[in-house]
Amino acid sequence: MAFEGLSSKLQNVFKKLSGKGKLGEKDVKEAMREVKLALLEADVNFTVVKSFVNTVTERAVGAEVLESLTPGQQVIKIVNEEMTKLMGGTNAKLEFGSRTPAVILLAGLQGAGKTTMAGKLAAYLQKHYGKSPLLVACDIYRPAAIKQLQVVGEKVGVPVFERGQSDPVETAKLAIEHANRNLKDLVIIDTAGRLHIDGDMMAEIAAVKEAVNPAEILLVIDAMTGQDAVNVAKSFNETLELTGVIVTKLDGDTRGGAALSVKAVTGKPIKFSGIGEKLTDIEPFHPDRMASRILGMGDVLTLIEKAQSAFDEKKAAELESKMRKAEFTLEDFLDQFQQMKSMGSMQDILGMIPGMDAAKLGNVEIDEKQTARMEAIIRAMTPQERRKPDIINASRRKRIARGSGTSIQEVNRLLNQFEASRKMMKQLTNMSKGGRFKKGKKRFPFGF
Amino acid sequence: MEKKKNGFFEKLKKGLSKTGGGLLAGIFLGDERIDDDFYEELEEAMIIADMGMETADTLQEQLRAKIKEEKIKTRTEAREALANILADAMRPEKGFIPAGEKAVLLIVGVNGVGKTTSIGKMAAYYKAEGRVPMMAAADTFRAAAAEQLTVWAERADVPIVKHGEGADPAAVVFDAIASFKAKGCDLLLCDTAGRLHNKKNLMSELEKIRRVIAKELPGVHTEVLLVLDATTGQNAIAQARVFGESAGLTGVVLTKLDGTAKGGMTVAIKQELGLPVRFVGVGEGIDDLQPFDADDFARALIGA
Repeated sequence: MAFEGLSSKLQNVFKKLSGKGKLGEKDVKEAMREVKLALLEADVNFTVVKSFVNTVTERAVGAEVLESLTPGQQVIKIVNEEMTKLMGGTNAKLEFGSRTPAVILLAGLQGAGKTTMAGKLAAYLQKHYGKSPLLVACDIYRPAAIKQLQVVGEKVGVPVFERGQSDPVETAKLAIEHANRNLKDLVIIDTAGRLHIDGDMMAEIAAVKEAVNPAEILLVIDAMTGQDAVNVAKSFNETLELTGVIVTKLDGDTRGGAALSVKAVTGKPIKFSGIGEKLTDIEPFHPDRMASRILGMGDVLTLIEKAQSAFDEKKAAELESKMRKAEFTLEDFLDQFQQMKSMGSMQDILGMIPGMDAAKLGNVEIDEKQTARMEAIIRAMTPQERRKPDIINASRRKRIARGSGTSIQEVNRLLNQFEASRKMMKQLTNMSKGGRFKKGKKRFPFGF
Repeated sequence: MEKKKNGFFEKLKKGLSKTGGGLLAGIFLGDERIDDDFYEELEEAMIIADMGMETADTLQEQLRAKIKEEKIKTRTEAREALANILADAMRPEKGFIPAGEKAVLLIVGVNGVGKTTSIGKMAAYYKAEGRVPMMAAADTFRAAAAEQLTVWAERADVPIVKHGEGADPAAVVFDAIASFKAKGCDLLLCDTAGRLHNKKNLMSELEKIRRVIAKELPGVHTEVLLVLDATTGQNAIAQARVFGESAGLTGVVLTKLDGTAKGGMTVAIKQELGLPVRFVGVGEGIDDLQPFDADDFARALIGA
């Protein structure tokens, strides 16, 4: 993969300078070139990059960095902090306002993922906020858009209000009455995708907004959007006075730099992100975690949260501490196959562990079928073997291979892989112990 | 026909020049000096057009060389030179589907780029050209995708083969090929589900569809086109690379050029991976998708 994490690039820049002890202005400049390149590659808007680099440079040439013993770490820390700040600092919650039903209006370009997001949002707010939502189909242009919302609504068990191809403004109004009659306290309006420069269509959505007075007006934007994201966000914000943004398709290998630009340009916070094709693949947006993602520093917090929602907290804590301490047996390995299945694909999870960037993942091919075989192999072991893999000698290997319907080679491969991952975890732990972060300052040492 | 094409070029030009008269028009105005400011502005404009730093650098190098070689002194001349460089960079090396022969177009891409819509428009285009197209609705994943394509099939008046939601896409293609042969059609357009390129199992599904086509229609000219939304940024290159590996891409369809995005990442894709653009979309009308022309594109982009 072409994209190496910015944090590892910066590490390299500073590694070259390790003999010098102190950073000069020239060194900072070189580092900033890397920052600039990486941000542009992550599709952060050009103007935003320029002002960002200026801010970071100003702070980086200050005394706190130049005199520090670990200037590289300091610069990365500044980049991370400034980036988090740019994206709004903390997670911004949805507002439901004082009226019932609360109305959420979704707007965006064609293909941003509004219809899918409407369904995800309905399901999420139903589950986590105890809301009783109604979905409203106001996309009367795209063929079969209403049908798509109905299918999505059915899957998440939320009713859909539609009036065929008739006037969306009227449909939105009637939907509110319908919600009142049916005791729905939340109305989510899906609208047609429209170009931000299409005057008629922008006037239409402005009219929908006028008619229903939404508590939230959210711009849905594709995480893969390039430099144009700022134009889109600006226009929508001017027409609708957005209250926030939802970033979709963040499950790709994209760095989602557009997210950063949108916040910087409109000042409106990103509230949610879509992270997969399943209708449960939605999560509240956390600027600090997104900053780490753009920097390529992994995302331990999200991993832990995912683990928590998939199984209980105690197990999540155990998992985390085992990963950190690397006291990790084949039994845990097996246990985790089960749990991770409910958390998402292995690839997603590994991507969230710090120090595992995409480039390194390249040769750890993860194939779901393969994991099923691995599971079979572990299941064919005795409990003792699972706890102490060292005792597995040649004859035990033969037995395990027969018992799991695999070959000795495959058993060997599994044991090697297990050993390798145990080593990798040990390295990760050492790395975070070795001065990459100040002791006691942060609970989770993600990055520094 | 000629008039229609001109109208299309106007639309393309309009689309590409929405923000201030052409991507690079601004920097060629007024001052005629070719100095460091000029190159800096040029780089900025190229990056804003989503070409990416690397491609912007390469094109700039070429322009510098040409300026030196041809002793260019003014920005007006430099614009002409850059238009030629861009057009050369974007010109496909090979022809597209050969006239009078049967052909298959397999359309792939990530979610929401306009695959289904593009197929609808391509069917209409080729029908007007005298071909006998057929559609295969192999997006069996997204809710109502087949219905959406059916509406397009009716608009373009071409036959369509579809199964229910969740069916095996390769099976849809298989059936479509049987019907394609029986009805004597000569152009098969296969829609596929949008997939993010980092989902391995979905990517192997594409391989399977390719195998079905190769087996059932041996020797038939097959093009695999990646549909890219013009608003996409640098991630497009990763998409082209990964889809190229598993689906064997042969080209690109660039959609949604009627917005303010310029689609500059297609230049990077052509440079890095050699994949030419074959169609460009500039609007929602059924005629708003047309074959790609490197010179028109380069000129519209630069505002020459």
